[in-house]
Amino acid sequence: MFGFGILSGVTFLPLVGVAFLLTQKGDDEASLRNIRWATLATTLATFALSLVIWSGFDTTSAAFQFVEEKNWLGSGLVYKMGVDGFSMPFVLLTTFLMPFAILASWDSIQKRVKEYMIAFLVLETLMIGVFCALDIVLFYLFFEGGLIPMFLIIGIWGGKRRVYASFKFFLYTLVGSLLMLVAILAMYGKAGTTDITVLLHTDFPKEMQTWLWLAFFASFAVKMPMWPVHTWLPDAHVEAPTAGSVILAAILLKMGGYGFIRFSLPMFPDASTNFAPLIYALSVIAIVYTSLVALVQEDIKKLIAYSSVAHMGFVTMGLFTLNAQGMQGAIFQMISHGLVSGALFLCVGVIYDRMHTREISAYGGLVNRMPIYAFVFMLFTMANVGLPGTTGFIGEFLSLTGAFQANSWVALIATSGVVLSAAYALYLYRRVIFGVLDKASLKNITDLTPREIAIFTPLVLLTLYYGIQPQAILNATQASVDNLIQTHTALIDAVKLAAAGQ
Amino acid sequence: MIYAIVFLPLVGFLIAGALGPWIGVRASELVTTGFLMICAVLSWVVFFDVALGHNHGYAPIIGNWMTVGDLKVDWALRVDTLTAVMLVVVNTVSSLVHLYSIGYMHEDPDRPRFFAYLSLFTFAMLMLVTADNLVQMFFGWEGVGLASYLLIGFWYQKPSANAAAIKAFVVNRVGDFGFALGIFLVFQLTKSLGFEEVFAAVPGLAGKTIHVFGMDVDALTLATFLLFIGAMGKSAQFLLHTWLPDAMEGPTPVSALIHAATMVTAGVFMVARLSPIFEYAPATLEFVTLVGAVTAIFAATVGLVQNDIKRVIAYSTCSQLGYMFVAEGVGAYSIGVYHLFTHAFFKALLFLGAGSVIHAMHHEQDMRNMGGLRKDIPFTFAMMIIGTLALTGFPFTAGFYSKDAIIEAAYAASEHHHIAMFAFVATVAAAGLTSFYSWRLVFMTFFGARKDSAVQTDHADEEPTAQELAHADADQTHQDHSHDHGHGHDDHGHHAPHESPIVMLAPLAVLGLGALGAGIVFGKYFIGHDYDEFWKGSLFTGRDNHIIHKFHDVALGVGLAPTVVMALGFVVALYFYVLKPGTAQALARTFPRLYRFLLNKWYFDELYDFLFVRPAFALGRMFWKGGDGAIIDGLGPDGVAARVADGAKLAVRLQTGYVYHYAFAMLIGVAAVVTYFIAGGLR
Repeated sequence: MFGFGILSGVTFLPLVGVAFLLTQKGDDEASLRNIRWATLATTLATFALSLVIWSGFDTTSAAFQFVEEKNWLGSGLVYKMGVDGFSMPFVLLTTFLMPFAILASWDSIQKRVKEYMIAFLVLETLMIGVFCALDIVLFYLFFEGGLIPMFLIIGIWGGKRRVYASFKFFLYTLVGSLLMLVAILAMYGKAGTTDITVLLHTDFPKEMQTWLWLAFFASFAVKMPMWPVHTWLPDAHVEAPTAGSVILAAILLKMGGYGFIRFSLPMFPDASTNFAPLIYALSVIAIVYTSLVALVQEDIKKLIAYSSVAHMGFVTMGLFTLNAQGMQGAIFQMISHGLVSGALFLCVGVIYDRMHTREISAYGGLVNRMPIYAFVFMLFTMANVGLPGTTGFIGEFLSLTGAFQANSWVALIATSGVVLSAAYALYLYRRVIFGVLDKASLKNITDLTPREIAIFTPLVLLTLYYGIQPQAILNATQASVDNLIQTHTALIDAVKLAAAGQ
Repeated sequence: MIYAIVFLPLVGFLIAGALGPWIGVRASELVTTGFLMICAVLSWVVFFDVALGHNHGYAPIIGNWMTVGDLKVDWALRVDTLTAVMLVVVNTVSSLVHLYSIGYMHEDPDRPRFFAYLSLFTFAMLMLVTADNLVQMFFGWEGVGLASYLLIGFWYQKPSANAAAIKAFVVNRVGDFGFALGIFLVFQLTKSLGFEEVFAAVPGLAGKTIHVFGMDVDALTLATFLLFIGAMGKSAQFLLHTWLPDAMEGPTPVSALIHAATMVTAGVFMVARLSPIFEYAPATLEFVTLVGAVTAIFAATVGLVQNDIKRVIAYSTCSQLGYMFVAEGVGAYSIGVYHLFTHAFFKALLFLGAGSVIHAMHHEQDMRNMGGLRKDIPFTFAMMIIGTLALTGFPFTAGFYSKDAIIEAAYAASEHHHIAMFAFVATVAAAGLTSFYSWRLVFMTFFGARKDSAVQTDHADEEPTAQELAHADADQTHQDHSHDHGHGHDDHGHHAPHESPIVMLAPLAVLGLGALGAGIVFGKYFIGHDYDEFWKGSLFTGRDNHIIHKFHDVALGVGLAPTVVMALGFVVALYFYVLKPGTAQALARTFPRLYRFLLNKWYFDELYDFLFVRPAFALGRMFWKGGDGAIIDGLGPDGVAARVADGAKLAVRLQTGYVYHYAFAMLIGVAAVVTYFIAGGLR
């Protein structure tokens, strides 16, 4: 139509906004307002455009859709984009959440507003790119590129220990990424192409799969983050500005899970089967261990960050069950966690903007002055705990159902997470919201502003709606999941058959 | 019609919850209460149609919830006789509690929120009882848990209420942990979660062994066992009972609705609903009987010595729920549900009556500060007597029919059932204890001399041992003082006791009628001659299960036993608290250890605190500081960074570390590639 397809359009539309922002000079209130509105408009337009992808998406097909391909750099490297049931929901999730991130930064960011907004828009392009890329080098560029704006967001607009946190974040993720780069080179050497659609049908030798799997695992496990490489997350969250935390929890963490579905599981089926016990072990450790750690946190953001690690444990566990309930549950859990943890960090942002502290002990009795806030926070707390009727339940329930069929011990230990999550989440809620409001500093705290209500309303509605009617999301992922499971089963059977024939 | 019954409370919740501040308190009350009245009437219509009439029930599907692979779950409203019974119980009690609350809560500024929560609870409970699959049941199950949490913690300024709310939710979650695993196992076995599909598949699974959790176990036994853990949590059975007494921190109408008549009976309902599965798991049924019998006797012993009027009734509820499980455990599901039905009336009556007493005493709950109230609040007194008669099983009251049937069924089952004889002995003994503590409550509250409630903390004249013995025990002290928080009513604590307004007394009268008549009127349907026409197969009994006929034929002595011990309990209570006051105190002094053991509820709270709560926090701290901090960060990023550039400034150090990491990672990568090529034989 315009010489490029809709996916490229959605991916690079934020950069158009960036180009506009670059033309804005001046630090006066009027130009700041321009910058904010222009950024918001860009993210909204991107979301609107991404809805076109959703409406045109054929949920019955497991094939890549809206595929675009252009020669690029020669020698087999191509610019190739496309989405399937695994990636489409994440594209939507990204474009949907970006306006909230911008709105959440409306008043709280006062220095270097233009640079901040540019960082976010660039980040959006890179994140969408990750989910749309069908060339593994292109994927790698987006995947690693995303580190840079987030690194800057934490490092420049973060809290007191922002430098420490941003470097920790950067180091952790970089180590994993380098191993992945080596693996990508090895794959190129073997298959002669970097086209993901071809790689998906390439048979990598068994030993090679093991190494490739481990290299990818190093990268994705850090991104997830899985235990024990999760310790960057609490620090990064605590120091990041609210919107940074939202995007980090809601989308950047999902890249690890997406990576597992896009590369590890379909491309290295033998290795995935062999390493499934390792994944299970790390997942259930994450669920129990980080839930217990969350119980004793004194910093609200840290508590939610640890709870994120626990929830990601359900995701990795579900993905490697390789059955329909487990995998679809895991993907749903990622979407749900995107909404819920994003909203929880926004909730923290609301009171942080007012009080400039994240210490739980600095709060108490907020319900007395902030009833609407108390309701919103309660709803997302319950969604976090996995109460039926919210999205949190669907993800947890399905991934656990799948896990039980794959390995009953794993399900047994993971299910104990429902007790622990209730404990830490309600304990947090009680300390922040309930009780007598007797702290002098809180006497004049105000309830949600109209802007904040506008932020939360869609999130509340979606969390409930997809909790009661999750099928729209489940349908989108179904064909791709079924296809992956069938292919995987066939491959494993073939290997077994060959082994038996020898 | 069933749509209206289920969704009107939801609409009421939304109206009162969202619009409460705008439409005002009175409108919120009227809307929610009015809707519930409609629901109650419609529920009785359904009851007459489906249970007493010839309609075999229906299950309209509202829509699909989720479909993933083989897993298909619908939103549906199943109505059969069992559901109809529950509809009547839930909506009758709920509408009366709504009405009663208009009077009871009239001083509370947060009434719209209160009524919204009550309606939310009712909605969730209705979703639970109309569920047509295990997942929707779980939805209602957790929904009532949420509402219970919100209502226990309704007075959020009280730390004790907040603690009790969390405790209720978390202990219930322990039960839900079992419930969820049970659901997963049922799905694995039958590839479905709809009741009809599951029930159809169950006979084929009888005796099947599966390998789960590293053991070879009987599939249905394990599945029912896991599901029953859920029931234990929700119905506050032994080991998972600790939340129920604490739940009394909530307003009294909440205790009547949620923690007596409806939510806590969800476990009993679940076992009845899943009787087609439980019937094929005799080992689980024995476990159900055991848990029920132990709970019945355990809770009754604790109830003997409690001084908070609501806690006595709470332990009584716990104990009566045990009775219901005994009935179900011996295969007499209908008797269990029958007792659920009658219990709902007289226990709600007792709670609301207690609420009327508390209201009269200006939010005093300690019975040691009460006495001689029968002249001040005669109507409440009369209603409490009716409730007590029904609870203790006085002839021809509701409890007489249902409770005695349980005891007889336990006896009748003892030929084939290992636990039944124990259950029989336990339930008879518990019946005596029930009679004692029930009459103790009545005598302490309504007889004897009037106490001046102004001297609240001075208990020297009544059971002084309580204070002497308990002063070292933080929890007990805290419990004694909990009424002092009184939620802003302390300002008028010196007035004379006064009878409650009509809006509170009318519900008492209705429930009193039920407590007297529910047994005589409905006995022949639930457990008698019209059993088959009434239940229409909604309860399942195996081919060899004849308990429902056999229990009628037990020896006369067995049938009389509960009535005899009931009379005995009454006489002892009369002697202890009316004829010779002071006997109880003397006894407590003679056996201080036993007294303290009972007063402190067998030390379960302390035990669980020691076993679970403290270790959880200690482990959390250890993992955080030790695991994450010292080991992972120490050996990982911090350690490496520190070693690389000791002494350098922070930024420099980190940057140097970054380059170092880069190189280090490249080295690992190179090593990995080299290893690969070597392993691959260097093509």
